[in-house]
Amino acid sequence: MSIDLNTLKTPGPTITALTKPFWDAAAEGRLTIQRCKDCSTAVFYPRPICPYCWSKRLAWHDASGKGRLKSFSEVHKPGNPGWLPAAPYVVGLVELAEGPTMLSFILPGTRSLQVGAMLRLAPTAIGGRVLPAFKQVEFGPEEKPK
Amino acid sequence: MSRSKGAIVGIGELKPQRLTSGVTTLEMIAEVSRLAVRDAGLEPAAIDGLLVGPQVGETPQHVPATIAEYLGLAPTMADVVDLGGASGAGMVWRAAAAIEAGMCEAVLCVLANNREEAAPRSPNRNPIREFDVPFGASGANISYALLMQAHMAEYGSTARDFAMIAAAARANAQLNPDAIFCGKPADVEAVLASPMIASPLHLLEIVMPVAGGEAVVVTSAERARSLPKAPVHLLGAGEKVTHRAVSQAPHLTSGPLKSAMARAFAQSGTQAGEMDLLSLYDCYTIMVATTIEDAGLCAPGQFGAWLNDHDLSHKGAKPLNTHGGQLGFGQPDLAGGMTHVVDAVRQLRGDAGERQIGKAGLALVTGNGATMSEATALVLGAA
Ligand SMILES: [Zn+2]
Repeated sequence: MSIDLNTLKTPGPTITALTKPFWDAAAEGRLTIQRCKDCSTAVFYPRPICPYCWSKRLAWHDASGKGRLKSFSEVHKPGNPGWLPAAPYVVGLVELAEGPTMLSFILPGTRSLQVGAMLRLAPTAIGGRVLPAFKQVEFGPEEKPK
Repeated sequence: MSRSKGAIVGIGELKPQRLTSGVTTLEMIAEVSRLAVRDAGLEPAAIDGLLVGPQVGETPQHVPATIAEYLGLAPTMADVVDLGGASGAGMVWRAAAAIEAGMCEAVLCVLANNREEAAPRSPNRNPIREFDVPFGASGANISYALLMQAHMAEYGSTARDFAMIAAAARANAQLNPDAIFCGKPADVEAVLASPMIASPLHLLEIVMPVAGGEAVVVTSAERARSLPKAPVHLLGAGEKVTHRAVSQAPHLTSGPLKSAMARAFAQSGTQAGEMDLLSLYDCYTIMVATTIEDAGLCAPGQFGAWLNDHDLSHKGAKPLNTHGGQLGFGQPDLAGGMTHVVDAVRQLRGDAGERQIGKAGLALVTGNGATMSEATALVLGAA
């Protein structure tokens, strides 16, 4: 993948009033998710009620941007033709440190990807908008993953 | 064994075609419904229940009413079953339950799809469209690839383990002249040599979309006695729906079929090991792998060893998808799940011809929709 992702003609999000804070934050390079004020559970994707206790008292909080790779796929034949120029590229399931899992774009790194890899938020312009993509944490020579 | 909860007394099936031209879904529904009702030995007017799928192409709403009008039926029970690939199996227990509830006596369960050259892209607006598609994840291939990668990482299962499932489906399809891959076998090496679509998923581990149709007629066990064909009884059923998007799946290496199958076995007083036929939903190889494990046929993560130990052909002790599965037969969209019901009925009737299994007393049929999200399991028994 050597093309500029921002030039892709890929479908953007179908933003609603409910989800706008998430995408506004994404445009500023932040990852913001909801947390329930009643059961304290972090919630992704945005909802009008907490899916765990049905409370409506949900508040936005910036996430740490740390995550763990639960699974990934190198996509050779994209389902949407807008992604063809970028293939092969990698998408993954990112378990956020706050608890919920989101699907995201995984940027290429220097090491091969493994399930369980530690990730960090890497806001990236894709298809004309900044999306909360992720990148594998690169450990220095003295650092070792736990 | 528990008493019958209803019986399948008629089946219909259209030969799969890669493409249709100028044929409406309604026309195909009419054709396959006619086959099933005739096979049942019933007059159309005897059909007083109607279960249909949502993807009727030209009819976004009021689908049962449109089909009833088209077929000249006036059902006293009609519904859309919207469980993706689990819709076919999901219809069967609903039909039996509706009969038991006294709403109707004979239910037509029908799914069909046309497949025109230029299919429109539908404008969706849902969480997957908003939170998965912009990151490059469109379509089921990527979702199932993520499930497969997770299984490999958790249990060390190999590409070869998964390829055995596709190769076995192709082998069984060689005995079904209607199968889209009849005459086109593919061994494990061929599966592994096929193009990578979304790692670790190869092309030949994915069903081929086709046009087609499948239908069954369900009536009471009592009514079944007066009809011409040997009834196939519904002995137990289970269903569970847990999520839609793969990112929201509670587990990646086990699915809702686990509890759906457990309920079906409990209702029927049977166990997985007693099944004479496994008619398991197989949109992708990973789906069969997970179902074998969730059924308790082997320990979690051990499907590869289990496959190595069992002959999956009609001659073996564990016949699996003797019609070729959808991997060998082709996937006529939502009707694909119903192929597993229709093949099980043929086997339990002793009507499967060249591919007839030996002992044919019990069959497990599974249906699956979305990304291992919607699940229905049936235990069927011969008369
Ligand atoms: Zn809550």
